[in-house]
Amino acid sequence: MTKQEALFIYLLRQADNALILGHRLSEWSSNAPILEEDLALTNIALDHLGRAQALYKYAAEVEGTGRTEDDLVYKRAERQYRNILLVELPNGDFAMTIARQFFISTFELMFLEELAKSKDEILSGLGAKCIKEVKYHWRHSYDWLLRLGDGTDESHARMQTAVNELWMYTGEMFEQDEVEKDLIQANIACDTSALKEKWIAKVTNALTEATLTTPPIGYNQTGGRNGVHSENLGFILAELQYLPRAYPDATW
Amino acid sequence: MVMITSEEVYSLLSVIPDPEIPVITIDELGILRNVKLLDSSYQITITPTYSGCPAMQMIENQIKEILSSKGIENFNIKTSYSPAWTTDWLSAEAKEKLRKYGISPPHTTAEFVSFIQCPNCNSFNTEVISEFGSTSCKALYRCNDCKEAFDYFKSI
Repeated sequence: MTKQEALFIYLLRQADNALILGHRLSEWSSNAPILEEDLALTNIALDHLGRAQALYKYAAEVEGTGRTEDDLVYKRAERQYRNILLVELPNGDFAMTIARQFFISTFELMFLEELAKSKDEILSGLGAKCIKEVKYHWRHSYDWLLRLGDGTDESHARMQTAVNELWMYTGEMFEQDEVEKDLIQANIACDTSALKEKWIAKVTNALTEATLTTPPIGYNQTGGRNGVHSENLGFILAELQYLPRAYPDATW
Repeated sequence: MVMITSEEVYSLLSVIPDPEIPVITIDELGILRNVKLLDSSYQITITPTYSGCPAMQMIENQIKEILSSKGIENFNIKTSYSPAWTTDWLSAEAKEKLRKYGISPPHTTAEFVSFIQCPNCNSFNTEVISEFGSTSCKALYRCNDCKEAFDYFKSI
């Protein structure tokens, strides 16, 4: 694998994570429990879509075959998407969305801080920019985690169920393969395996504060980064890609 | 082909109001970064406030419209993410315009501020309703004295 091919896949993995999570969060528009949450979740969705757009644009440049950012989003099939499974899982109840967001925002805080040190100027610029936004995302999900975990019997039970159900999808955030290895050597990519312990410590602290139990580390469900997805992604893409597939090259 | 200096192009564009907060311009907000003349073409660099800011497309269109109306066709617009946009780029005058418009202006990022001032009655007895408001750059607050809800321009 050339450095260019590796960088292309590396960018796609991040862009796909941001796009699919942004899509999922946008599904809360007009469905959140209160108006302020409609605004919060769709604002967070928008930050992810913006990040995805910048990453796809850069990925298209790196690939250099003439494909555009729109081609990458609208003309790739499910097996060509490289997002982690966690972002494509259904929103579930509000507790499930909060648990997913808390796990991901905690990861992104650490990941983007490292990415901001990348030797690749575009990646370091994006890292430094997006971390400002993620600080807000993190506080939002952390506040809700405390409120629901340390709330009523029902909110506590729902929050614990959400944490338990999503736990086995969190390990994929720290996976690495030959795509990352050379890029880490070249100080371009972030070494996510080095973040795992820090992440577990920060998440465990917050869960304990929210009177919740941290599940034991065990089997992890993975595959998305290499294109092996749950059935959920197909349904997302069917909706996301409907228009350009039904009316190829339609413009306003 | 019309040729003017890059400074003149900058001042033509600096009057464009922000689409979401029309009392301040894209220059005052720091969205318009610079104009450079490269190989007889103007390179206009803009930066988004937040990475998903939906106003960017409209700002690009307004830039194109202004330059076309002046007969300038030799330009390209570049979106840059670095240095990351910060509210520290807003001048004291721009902040005052925000306050008069009813938006509590951002404090500087270096400063620790625990209370946000109500732009209507100047009280510091306010509370946050939500850190996410009507646009990416604003949070929603409530004044406990005059009872008005107001926007706070987030300091980032």
